[in-house]
Amino acid sequence: MKAKPRRKKKTDPEFFDLRLYVAGQTARSIAALANLQRICDEHLEGRYHLEVIDLLERPQLAQGDQIVALPTLVRKLPEPIRKLVGDLSDTERALVGLDLRPRATSR
Amino acid sequence: MAKTATRAAPVQAVPKSPTGIQGLDEITGGGLPRGRPTLVCGGPGCGKTILAMEFLINGAKEFDEPGVFLSFEESLDDLAINFASLGLDPRPLAARKKLALDYVRVEPTEIQETGGYDLDGLFIRLDHAIDSVGAKRVVLDTIETLFSGLSDTRTLRSELRRLFNWLRTKGVTAIVTGERGDGRLTRHGLEEYITDCVILLDHRVVDQNATRRLRVVKYRGSTHGANESPFFIDESGLSVLPIASLGLQHRVTPGRLSTGVSDLDDMLGSKGYFRGSSILISGSAGTGKTSLAGHFAGAACGRRESALYFAFEESAAQIVRNLRSIGLDLEPWLRKGLLQIHAARPTTSGLEGHLSAMHRLIEEKKPRVVVVDPISNLISVGTSLEVKAMLARLIDFMKVKETTALFTSLTIDDAHPEGTDIGISSFMDTWVVLRNIEMNGERTRTLDVVKSRGMAHSNQVREFVLTSDGLKMFDVVRHDGRVLIGSERAAHASAPAASRRSSKRAPRP
Repeated sequence: MKAKPRRKKKTDPEFFDLRLYVAGQTARSIAALANLQRICDEHLEGRYHLEVIDLLERPQLAQGDQIVALPTLVRKLPEPIRKLVGDLSDTERALVGLDLRPRATSR
Repeated sequence: MAKTATRAAPVQAVPKSPTGIQGLDEITGGGLPRGRPTLVCGGPGCGKTILAMEFLINGAKEFDEPGVFLSFEESLDDLAINFASLGLDPRPLAARKKLALDYVRVEPTEIQETGGYDLDGLFIRLDHAIDSVGAKRVVLDTIETLFSGLSDTRTLRSELRRLFNWLRTKGVTAIVTGERGDGRLTRHGLEEYITDCVILLDHRVVDQNATRRLRVVKYRGSTHGANESPFFIDESGLSVLPIASLGLQHRVTPGRLSTGVSDLDDMLGSKGYFRGSSILISGSAGTGKTSLAGHFAGAACGRRESALYFAFEESAAQIVRNLRSIGLDLEPWLRKGLLQIHAARPTTSGLEGHLSAMHRLIEEKKPRVVVVDPISNLISVGTSLEVKAMLARLIDFMKVKETTALFTSLTIDDAHPEGTDIGISSFMDTWVVLRNIEMNGERTRTLDVVKSRGMAHSNQVREFVLTSDGLKMFDVVRHDGRVLIGSERAAHASAPAASRRSSKRAPRP
């Protein structure tokens, strides 16, 4: 009898679990959130969950996701984990980082 | 009022945080600059992380200064395992909230840079860790790994500058480690940002022997030893051996102790060596150095004083057997534990290794007398400058503990024992030279006291033999204005007194 591989509810490969780490309401964090919102609206309509974590309020959360730079967007799902560092103003790189666009082949 | 003001005028020295690391606080005149970052740099495996961790652990344990260790290279599990073997396990202190440990991992493969960023995440983590234990000390080990995870070096540089300034405003005493770079102290030039204090560690191999060196490159607002100092790492952590000695402030005692040879005691003002002094016995091969050392150790045990014998040439069993041939039985003392012989080939470990072993054993066993036989063999593991420095250090160390130390030294050139290439005699209070003179087809052993500070000692060169009943000296026999030795002396002594007188007055042709 083989045990079935454990499966979670959210293992839908299309589902995105996102966390945006910021520190307070800086211009950069506001820009990051706006840029992220736009990307989600355009590419992830109805299949994502976003949590914004302000480390000034919950500094103890920085350790778990290995946050060093801010803002950082962590894609928890689908696996593997990806980290997008910066204010997401470079949409192309953001989409590549989220695997929503194939990685650039050598030009 | 004005008076007190002028008296308080002397320039305030830079306040310092003691590291608690043996020797390092001496070189730096009290520790690292308090409330400021210090850069500790060196190549891989040079001991940066150990120095940093010991600084934190000592701070938490001895100075009531909790600390934060931010590791950028090793996971916390690896760190704990590695340090437990050095007796520096940080986990118990972490459990008692005296230390906060955090592993900052930046994995370039899972990171994509999408625009402007700063290192506020790192600042927040560090700040949180500092607050969680009320840290006064911080270690960042090795922060330059950030450069391999993040590509925007301009941002990183300005952020690191901001970080170090922030540490200063936080008032924590910090160690920032950096890997040695090409032609500069660190790969990314951290020395441009951390200018208060820079310590360079070095791990080099000379003649197949690994040696570690530490140098304070810079210490703003403070004098510091500028020399390279050897240091070693053993199971009790890191110790630095300043080339400059412990200073000459040890107490002295007027007490004396026997050399183990009553004739030699007589030569030294009838009382023997000073307690707590250092004694050098030099001579070429086979002159009886070990015999004299054995007599000294045996006499100490006879007084129920513990003796520690470091042998770098012979095994313990060999020493015991050979000394038995001159009627000296050390076996009972060994069995009683009064005498301990530690035999090792000088090449088995580097100079640091020997030093550490000797220091530790002396610290642990607290012997009243110590024998190092021979000190000259250590030259094979270090250059003579190092041996000299190490010896000075060891001697001072023992003097502070009022331990009497006897060193033997093998000289190559019998005629000029003063030319011992280590030139160590200036450290010694008493210097006895043994010679094996070849003359008229025979070899004759002689002994003389070259110097013995603070006591009236004999200036005569005495002939001696090693008998089955120990070392025996002959009375001085003068003839024709010279001292007779060997068979000449024997012949002269056995001749009847009358003929001796007549021969003395015999008319010359």
